[in-house]
Amino acid sequence: MIAIVDYGMGNLLSVNNAFEMLGARAHICSDPEQLRDADRIILPGVGAFRDCISNLTKRGFVKALNEEVLQRGKPVLGICLGMQVMARTSVEGGLHQGLGWFDAEVVRLRPSDPSLRVPHIGWNETAWRSDSPFFLRLPRRADFYFVHSYYMKCKFETDVEATCDHGGMITAAVRKNNIFATQFHPEKSQDLGLRVLENFLSWVP
Amino acid sequence: MVKRRLIPKLQMRASRSGSTVRMVLVTTVQFEQFIGIGDPVSQARIYEAQAADELIFVDLDASMGARGTLVDVVRRAAEQIFMPFTVGGGVRTVADFQNLLSNGADKVSINTAAVETPELIGRASESFGAQCVVLSIDYRRDMHGHYRAWTHNGKMDTGLDLVKWAVEGEQRGAGEILLTSIDRDGTRTGLDIEATRLVAESVSVPVITSGGCGLGSHFVDGFLKGKADAVAAGTHFCFKDQSPMQTRAHIRNAGVPIRLHT
Repeated sequence: MIAIVDYGMGNLLSVNNAFEMLGARAHICSDPEQLRDADRIILPGVGAFRDCISNLTKRGFVKALNEEVLQRGKPVLGICLGMQVMARTSVEGGLHQGLGWFDAEVVRLRPSDPSLRVPHIGWNETAWRSDSPFFLRLPRRADFYFVHSYYMKCKFETDVEATCDHGGMITAAVRKNNIFATQFHPEKSQDLGLRVLENFLSWVP
Repeated sequence: MVKRRLIPKLQMRASRSGSTVRMVLVTTVQFEQFIGIGDPVSQARIYEAQAADELIFVDLDASMGARGTLVDVVRRAAEQIFMPFTVGGGVRTVADFQNLLSNGADKVSINTAAVETPELIGRASESFGAQCVVLSIDYRRDMHGHYRAWTHNGKMDTGLDLVKWAVEGEQRGAGEILLTSIDRDGTRTGLDIEATRLVAESVSVPVITSGGCGLGSHFVDGFLKGKADAVAAGTHFCFKDQSPMQTRAHIRNAGVPIRLHT
């Protein structure tokens, strides 16, 4: 079973629909206990960082996620804010602590070209590590759908799985051990996005 | 580099037959002359197959009585298409945002309510993030050549200056501005390039422009001369033998960075 973490934020229905489309058994879980029975965990997210981490904490998900992901090593996929919350800190609306799974900080997008807009909204060409298991069976280059004003700046380049350009290189995906996360929305990136989700489902960390 | 976007706009009205109410896709000319086209979700699936970059659904009647019908369209769209879409029409409260977003919308647009209660922009932006809040502005050029924002589906002159209102909307927390020229709507005579450029040069959030597209070159003008990040069109894709794929080819040939169909 694939657990989609419901902490009151994010377009859960779309994520659920995408997995259903792929024939996977997904459940939207509002109780942290349910994560125990999951084989894989999805951490979606839309909104503000502070609300995200405080809702996760209030609903008991921080402890459950740390147990299932860090101790039991279950594969987890973070999407958009669900990726950013895995960083150590974020400066969105004041300084906030994240889950700390990546040695990274979430900072505001500041494109070098002033004609580039923030939020970064739309399809952007993404480049990935050639050995990445998440971008298999895709064309050599692909556009994915992004919508965000902050991005994750990783301390270690080895954590960065994919990048794109928006007036400077920005992190498009990260990976570490059993953790994978994307800044873009695979569930909104049409057929190529669905393929990334499919690749996640067959990923053995 | 982020690509420019091509956005089919699906305008809808509630249609009652007996005891059932359903949403019907319509086109308009200068916000009037409604013509029924078909089922919005079926059309959305066609646009997805044609690799549109995003979609915009607008409930023109915005009647609270048919709210359930709009939510039903949103739910069905989210089940059947895997691309981003914005929903607007009749959104008045943070709870309306919540309702549409939790049923599968990615962004929500506000127009009349934003003018009446500008604080709504900030409240929604704080709750759901600026990227979910699209400030939709319908505008006309007055007899002195000034662009002014109109509400209530183009029926009420707010007296607000188009550019000032767009800038205020951004400051209050809107993550995107959607412009529609009432005079050009459905006429296929081309976008209002001047209004588009004035707004695009005054705000730092993305600007979507619409109203008047009838040729591939109109889109190109919107991007190159109007400096828009996205162009939306309803009539253009509904009546002419023009699909987003054909229009995309035209735009790409003009040297505008746009997503290739994969």
